[in-house]
Amino acid sequence: MTRDRVQVLCLSVAIGVVFVLAWQAFAGSRPPGKGLPGPLAVGATAWQMLAHPFYDHGPNDKGIGLQLGASLGRLALGYLTASAGAVMLGVILGLSPLLYRAVNPYIQVLKPVSPLAWMPLFLYTIKDSGQSAILVIFMSSLWPTLANTAFGVASIKRDYLNVASILQLSWPRRLVTVILPAAAPAIVAGLRISMGSAWVAIIAAEMLIGGTGIGYFVWNEWNNLALTSVIFAILAIGLVGVLLDAGLARLSRRLAYTE
Amino acid sequence: MAFLEIDHVTKHFPSHDGPGEVCVFREVAFSIAQGEFVTMVGHSGCGKSTLLNIIAGLERASGGGVVLEGREVTQPGIDRMVVFQNFSLMPWMTVFENIRLAVRAAYPSWDRRRIVAHVQRYVDMVGLAGAERKRPAALSGGMRQRVGLARAFSTAPKVLLLDEPFAQIDALTRGLIQDELIRMWTAGRNTVFMVTHDVDEAILLSDRIALMTRGPEARLAEIVDVDIPRPRVRAALVEDPDYLRLRAHILRFLVEGTRAAAGDGYGAPATAPLAATPR
Repeated sequence: MTRDRVQVLCLSVAIGVVFVLAWQAFAGSRPPGKGLPGPLAVGATAWQMLAHPFYDHGPNDKGIGLQLGASLGRLALGYLTASAGAVMLGVILGLSPLLYRAVNPYIQVLKPVSPLAWMPLFLYTIKDSGQSAILVIFMSSLWPTLANTAFGVASIKRDYLNVASILQLSWPRRLVTVILPAAAPAIVAGLRISMGSAWVAIIAAEMLIGGTGIGYFVWNEWNNLALTSVIFAILAIGLVGVLLDAGLARLSRRLAYTE
Repeated sequence: MAFLEIDHVTKHFPSHDGPGEVCVFREVAFSIAQGEFVTMVGHSGCGKSTLLNIIAGLERASGGGVVLEGREVTQPGIDRMVVFQNFSLMPWMTVFENIRLAVRAAYPSWDRRRIVAHVQRYVDMVGLAGAERKRPAALSGGMRQRVGLARAFSTAPKVLLLDEPFAQIDALTRGLIQDELIRMWTAGRNTVFMVTHDVDEAILLSDRIALMTRGPEARLAEIVDVDIPRPRVRAALVEDPDYLRLRAHILRFLVEGTRAAAGDGYGAPATAPLAATPR
């Protein structure tokens, strides 16, 4: 490890320790039941939950592993279908400047809409809260990938496409060997942003629909006034988000290239 | 019928300032026989790379057309491989994969083993053995263009189009790669059309050299034969009187323009480009 990284690590640990101590001091200064649970209480809850992550005692009492698993399942379904669609549409838009310019205004209008705003429409139309939540994830992960793919494909160097035309590559082969790899860095950057916004949106969506999922867990524990569980869940959500992003960061490094 | 016929090709571009069009070159007409190495020399802006792109099918002629073996060229095709000035290798592919992409496209019926063996043969031919798994970014300009040459030659194209292939390579390496080009061309006797502004390179490599006047509205001024016997050795050429005379003629043409060059015993007069065509 370089000296620089040792310094960063020490500073990072120090900040964490100071924060936890301050938190404990603040929590300890308040009368029980009237303040914030301290780190020790949260730690005890975490220990308990991590010891039995997959228990299932009925609809309102499931282990944290099951809750996270349910959320990740929804995420996978909504995110993967959205990503596949966004990449396909993005490639088409990227290759056709005319279509790109024609469709772009609609994308610009829909992009800033919070995916949760679609929820009532989905609930009314498909009348299934579980599927509506997945559609919310779908909406939240669509736009960044779509915009980035279209941009990435549109800015592929003319030379690479010229080589593909000279070699008379068939359409599927051209897509797989030239267009997608050339635009891959931009596409993966879009996929990372999409993943981030999908993971943010799923918590809120699950709070609305209930049932299982880490978002509903947070809401349920709030109703139980079990704030240690809420704080623990916040940390778990953050950690899972980091892991998801780290996976895509690895993918991005593998697909990067220098000209 | 000529093997490759450049039939009175004219190219207009939309004008940068204001309406209207700019004529890059007008009525360029000549033909190339099978197995012949023809080079076009001219100043920047005479449209020689544009003409090469028209032959490649990457650009359309505004007038006239290009005919290869009796068929008009309208689209890019693997029978006309291009070696680009900027190499145009796929940066996400290794050396081997770049060449394999072309070999696969040229020989769709071949099985994996045969393709791999063919690619390896061309990798070895340009002296890149050991660098197969490197990506272009890890290679020098000279090595990249070796990949470009291997990619082009490996498909055995009917016509090889070289677009200032050595312009971005340092002078010392350039000589080595020119020698490699000569070796590969001698082995297969491909038909080659090259574009360059390096007069020595043109004389060393070509059977005939086409001279373009300055653009816009450039014209084919004349085509000179290079009668120096092959194999040509760079070191010996420097003192060859034919070489020196030819070199002086082309340089004088480039410096002084069309008219001054006429009348020193080379080529056809500028006003009759067609006269230089038959062979």
